[in-house]
Amino acid sequence: MAAGVAAWLPFARAAAIGWMPVANLPMPVAPAEKNKRQDELIILNVSGRRFQTWRNTLDRYPDTLLGSSEKEFFYNEETKEYFFDRDPDVFRSVLNFYRTGKLHYPRYECISSYDEELAFFGIVPEIIGDCCYEEYKDRKRENAERLMDDQEDNKDAKLPNMTFRETMWRAFENPHTSTMALVFYYVTGFFIAVSVITNVVETVPCGTAPNQKEVPCGERYTVAFFCMDTACVMIFTVEYLMRLFAAPSRYRFMRSVMSIIDVVAILPYYIGLVMTDNEDVSGAFVTLRVFRVFRIFKFSRHSQGLRILGYTLKSCASELGFLLFSLTMAIIIFATVMFYAEKGSSSSKFTSIPASFWYTIVTMTTLGYGDMVPKTIAGKIFGSICSLSGVLVIALPVPVIVSNFSRIYHQNQRADKRRAQKKARLARIRISKTGSSSAFLHSKRNGLFNEALELTGSTEDEKRLSKSTSLLESQHHHLLHCLEKTTNHEFVDEQYYQQSYLEGGLQNYPSRSPSLSSQDGVTGTCCTRRSKKHHTPLPNASAPAHMQPLTHTHTHQQGLQELSTIHIQPLSTSRSSLNMRVDEPAPLNCQSSQITTAIISIPTPPVTTPEGDAHLPAGPTHQNVVKVSAL
Amino acid sequence: LSAVRHRPEGLEQLEAQTRFSRKELQILYRGFKNECPSGVVNEDTFKDIYAQFFPQGDASTYAHFLFNAFDTDHNGSVSFEDFVMGLSILLRGTVQEKLNWAFNLYDINKDGYITKEEMLDIMKAIYDMMGKCTYPVLKEETPRQHVEVFFQKMDKNKDGVVTIDEFIDCCQNDENIMRSMHLFENVL
Repeated sequence: MAAGVAAWLPFARAAAIGWMPVANLPMPVAPAEKNKRQDELIILNVSGRRFQTWRNTLDRYPDTLLGSSEKEFFYNEETKEYFFDRDPDVFRSVLNFYRTGKLHYPRYECISSYDEELAFFGIVPEIIGDCCYEEYKDRKRENAERLMDDQEDNKDAKLPNMTFRETMWRAFENPHTSTMALVFYYVTGFFIAVSVITNVVETVPCGTAPNQKEVPCGERYTVAFFCMDTACVMIFTVEYLMRLFAAPSRYRFMRSVMSIIDVVAILPYYIGLVMTDNEDVSGAFVTLRVFRVFRIFKFSRHSQGLRILGYTLKSCASELGFLLFSLTMAIIIFATVMFYAEKGSSSSKFTSIPASFWYTIVTMTTLGYGDMVPKTIAGKIFGSICSLSGVLVIALPVPVIVSNFSRIYHQNQRADKRRAQKKARLARIRISKTGSSSAFLHSKRNGLFNEALELTGSTEDEKRLSKSTSLLESQHHHLLHCLEKTTNHEFVDEQYYQQSYLEGGLQNYPSRSPSLSSQDGVTGTCCTRRSKKHHTPLPNASAPAHMQPLTHTHTHQQGLQELSTIHIQPLSTSRSSLNMRVDEPAPLNCQSSQITTAIISIPTPPVTTPEGDAHLPAGPTHQNVVKVSAL
Repeated sequence: LSAVRHRPEGLEQLEAQTRFSRKELQILYRGFKNECPSGVVNEDTFKDIYAQFFPQGDASTYAHFLFNAFDTDHNGSVSFEDFVMGLSILLRGTVQEKLNWAFNLYDINKDGYITKEEMLDIMKAIYDMMGKCTYPVLKEETPRQHVEVFFQKMDKNKDGVVTIDEFIDCCQNDENIMRSMHLFENVL
């Protein structure tokens, strides 16, 4: 029941008193009104903006959030109001719906945010009033198209297992998917151009033969032109057959416009081959050659603008039809008038009405060849009227066609722009993803250093290190940490993973996750000069003076740089559970100019869970560091 | 078209059925409703939400199993009641109940036995969440090995399946597991 009707119910019931005297049977018992509460104002606090309304108003629609007991979940005991953390502007429309029974869609509102709010408050969008319904539907359709476009772009990505046939079809449809396809695309384009040019040049008169008559080139170099034609037709035939083979639905392919054009382009040649030099048919054969010009339409596969033009004409079919019809009407009218007007004058060219058609057309399109001109005064008057009206009749449908073309063209441009922006969008998503994962790794390292510093007891570094992570972050990190413990593997960042993957056989020193983002952490070494602004020098930053020559072979892999220094630290103490016998001089990994110098073969690295929170080197002494650097 | 919508039972009823206080239920519901305005979670939304917590890996398989564990009436969507019941067990339940829930999660076809294949699926799903960039590098057999370790511990009579009693028994004797059961008690 709609809101307005519900408010009128008491009135209708009262008016029923009028039936009582007339009724013969006793009336049914009225439903008991249990729990009739005094109507009260309730306060709806939406993001700080307070709305007030009667409870009854909201009760009109019991299957929505505000009308049902679902709103009790949002009741705030202290302030005695219902608090919703939603958009207050859209809430206006929602509340108005309860008040007036009509749901309006504000034009300035984004369609998806509006839909979300409606879904939240449990209101079905279909009840949007007529005044706003069209706008809503239009915007919704646009949005849906945009989403579909995005999805189609996703489909462009190569599916893993495509049959040969599907690959071929894809190559035909999207030439930029593979180099072969691109080559094929350009080759066919070239041959289309060659074929068209040949057809044109064939008819050019080519120098004089011994007999004075000029012959067109086609007849002079018959063989050459024939070979050229054959070559082109062979290429086109092969292309057509390949497309036919690769098409997912052959029947639909054969009915499509492009395939018809293909067939029409190559058919004349074959017909010409088949036909003998029969006198009667050779005339028809010559006509068939005209169809060779259709080859130029094959270019529409290569040019998007051409396709848009064709699509526009197709979509403006009704306007074009109107144009044609009105022109025909006008031509007939004016031709008749001119004929009868010029009937009187002698030696007039207007011999019949059809003959006057030519004059009318030439005049209406303002061509004015002048091969037929009226001589009588009446004829001249009507002639001028004819040319004026011609301009009008033609000018009317043209803007419609132009606007259609413009709309389709802009749509295409938007699609291209979206495709271009897609890369940026994906990059943004990727960055935010890696951001969150590197935040975790970063905090792990910080946690690690907090332990370390607790051992050294240097408070100022501790202060520097303890960045405040929000409670939410720390809980999320705890969750990830639990996952690590469950699987006995650690999260590491991309670079470290690449490097350890490449190392493969080499036993990597299982340290804590060295992450790129933690460059502002560890290094007390020379690298600090290269690392980002805030870094915390290790307690004994002077230590790895000897490491300088090693570590100065900086490459771009600064991550690895940190890696090496990180590694060196734990190496120097034996407190790490990843026991490394420091006194054992392992061979330097000299072959790589990168800073994998610190990656050394360790005799027994237990690959079990590195007790991460364990004993980080409190203070690598000079002694130990020297040993390390000697490696 | 009518969107699937669902409204939960009243606050009082839920208060009675779960071990949450009124306030906690309010907080839970607001969060739930924010993510799923329509009032029910379908599997895709569930996977999306869960995937946001594990950006490095692929959480969809595990989310699928989790979804089935929450969707106790197997109707393809998790309503607020299902959600809150599950959470009540997980956060406020007795150890027995928690273990029961975990067993139910692992037992994919809900036949009362955890087979090696089921455990392997679960294990692979968990490892998938770690993603590619791990240390040490994840190998193909890692989940399988983990399953072997698990079965060695749990399958007392070596019959190739783990029953609920074996499971609960074994977990109660394991200190680590017992301790970890109390880990999330003060969430919320």
